[in-house]
Amino acid sequence: MSTSITPESRDNAQRDSGSRRSPKADQAHGADAKPNKTQVRLGDRVFLGLSRGAGITLLVIMAGIAVFLVVKALDALGDNNGNFLTDSTWVTDGSKPAFGVAGLVGGTVISAGIAMLIAVPVAVGVALFITHYAPRRVAQTLGYIVDLLAAVPSVVFGLWGLVFLSPKLLGLHTWLSDYLGWIPIFDKDETGTTARTLFTCGIILAIMVLPIIAAVTREVFLQVPRAHEEAALALGATRWEMIRTAVLPFGKPGIISASMLGLGRALGETIAVAMVLSSSQEFTYKILDPGGNTIAANIANQFAESNDLGRGALIASGLVLFVLTLLVNGAARVVINRHKEFSGANA
Amino acid sequence: MSIVKTDTAAPPAEPKPLQLTRRSMPTWIPWAVAVAAVGVGLLTKAVQGNWALGGFFAGLFYVVVVSLASWQIEDRRRASDRLATSIVYSAFVVAVVPLVSILWYTVQQGWEKLSPEFLSHSMNGVGPRDDKGGIYHAIIGTLEQVGLAGLIAVPLGLLTAIYLVEYGRGRLARTITFFVDVMTGVPSIVAGLFVYAFWILALGFEASGFAGSLALAILMLPTVVRSAEEMLKLVPNELREASLALGVPKWRTVLKVVLPTAIGGIITGVMLSIARVIGETAPLLLLVGLSQSINTDPFSGWQSSIPLFVFDQNHSGSRFAPDRAWAAALTLIIIVMLLNLVARLIARWKAPKAGR
Repeated sequence: MSTSITPESRDNAQRDSGSRRSPKADQAHGADAKPNKTQVRLGDRVFLGLSRGAGITLLVIMAGIAVFLVVKALDALGDNNGNFLTDSTWVTDGSKPAFGVAGLVGGTVISAGIAMLIAVPVAVGVALFITHYAPRRVAQTLGYIVDLLAAVPSVVFGLWGLVFLSPKLLGLHTWLSDYLGWIPIFDKDETGTTARTLFTCGIILAIMVLPIIAAVTREVFLQVPRAHEEAALALGATRWEMIRTAVLPFGKPGIISASMLGLGRALGETIAVAMVLSSSQEFTYKILDPGGNTIAANIANQFAESNDLGRGALIASGLVLFVLTLLVNGAARVVINRHKEFSGANA
Repeated sequence: MSIVKTDTAAPPAEPKPLQLTRRSMPTWIPWAVAVAAVGVGLLTKAVQGNWALGGFFAGLFYVVVVSLASWQIEDRRRASDRLATSIVYSAFVVAVVPLVSILWYTVQQGWEKLSPEFLSHSMNGVGPRDDKGGIYHAIIGTLEQVGLAGLIAVPLGLLTAIYLVEYGRGRLARTITFFVDVMTGVPSIVAGLFVYAFWILALGFEASGFAGSLALAILMLPTVVRSAEEMLKLVPNELREASLALGVPKWRTVLKVVLPTAIGGIITGVMLSIARVIGETAPLLLLVGLSQSINTDPFSGWQSSIPLFVFDQNHSGSRFAPDRAWAAALTLIIIVMLLNLVARLIARWKAPKAGR
């Protein structure tokens, strides 16, 4: 069959190319194409210019954030009498202003760390539930419900955490310090009547970052090759053994990067912490005592009452936060992108 | 008994019948344990007077007893399977409890105060002893600030997405993609500080609603780009090729063929990004000032916004302030949930038919 057709089609092709080469067609084509071509290129060039310009604007904004923060931070750091990186004081008026972010960085890292310890296991559980346990028909809806948690504004989290949650957690604070008080971080100096502590903030941050971690992890679990899962089940694995041997190893980079995205969020969360935490400038590792502060919450609380130098100092601390989140997010993205290629080759 | 004994004794070589399935737990056991667990929970509640503790012990009781029973009746592997199943289910419950708690508590606290009067009055002239005032000025501020942010971020984000999907191949596109991702992680307070340093300190403008819009636009931008990018990628290449083959220039192909095909998803993405920034407080705290009266001009003078209103009332000493804060929080939640709901509906309604 094919051999009988080939000469014919080759014939056709020749005829086609012959007709295209005919001077008349060439002329018509050329005459048509020339103005058309410039027209097309003008519109296209404008459009390409616009869209590329938008992309470049975005890069300029990112660069602008870094540049402006650095410039204003350097202004303020010139007037600093303390050590910006190792001090925990925050005095920005008077004759000898001295400020440092050590305590703030400590509080930020501790509260975000508590959030991670709580949120990551729960989020992985939620992602597993939605991808592998929930009935297919309702799984998507349940996913939306968890996503709704991400839609709750942080100021509402703050209000809820302050008025509703923190009084409820007072008992847990006492219990932890009574029974686990020999561990330094659970040691409690004050027999306080308030639970507006770093621990409570960590729990609220955990609730806030849970949906993002769960969403990203869910996507990764959905990418697990079906064949791996079915092979495990066919070999007699229970559902949990299938998840342990096929899903979790595949999803591990995804879980790591999702956690880092969540960590970035937790580090930068402002209003909820500012409202809930009963803050102090000194660094404290005792998470059950009121006190400590985070970079972002400190900015929100101090900004209105600060003088120009104080605002510059806050910008400098914001720069530290920016660099911190940039590192965490950048690392997460690198892991995700590597994983993307990996799964693409596998699919 | 004796008969059986003689029977087995007579043909000594006959093996025990081969059992192909293992013993499995009767289905009523987990249910019985669940009922018992509810009992344990109620008991804990009665003794300790704490619902959370009761729920915790009920869950713990169920997980432990079912796993132990399964270990005894079945085997270790299936016991760990049941353990994992219970833990995964409870993880989901643990995630949903705060959501329900926040929604329920906010509705409960804010419902009474939320009235047409509350929505149509500002805080102008409301003293600390007055049980009056409302969020009209804050609603105006929020609408204007978010609207302006959308006017900046949506065209910019859409064009960027078009560049990335339709044109971008080289290094520039890769750089932009990477920084869009990184931008997603910029904390809102840092965006606020940047606009403060750039717009107010360097360019010398006053604090105003528009300064807040700039920060909100920065926060919206990556979400808009990412969602639009995903949607444009879903448009089948055949459509583009068909249009280009008819001699339509590329830019018209994008505007008339690609964008209309993806418009549902793009609108969804834009609405979700609006829902995200409408509750932002931190940058506005630095940029918008705080007004108690109506200011309809976002370009001059201080404004308010709903999240700022919540934050401000929470700090206020008036004994009527908490009610106002909760009512405003409820308004905010209703707006955000409606935006989310409508966005999902549009997404479902306009979804490109995958796979055809």
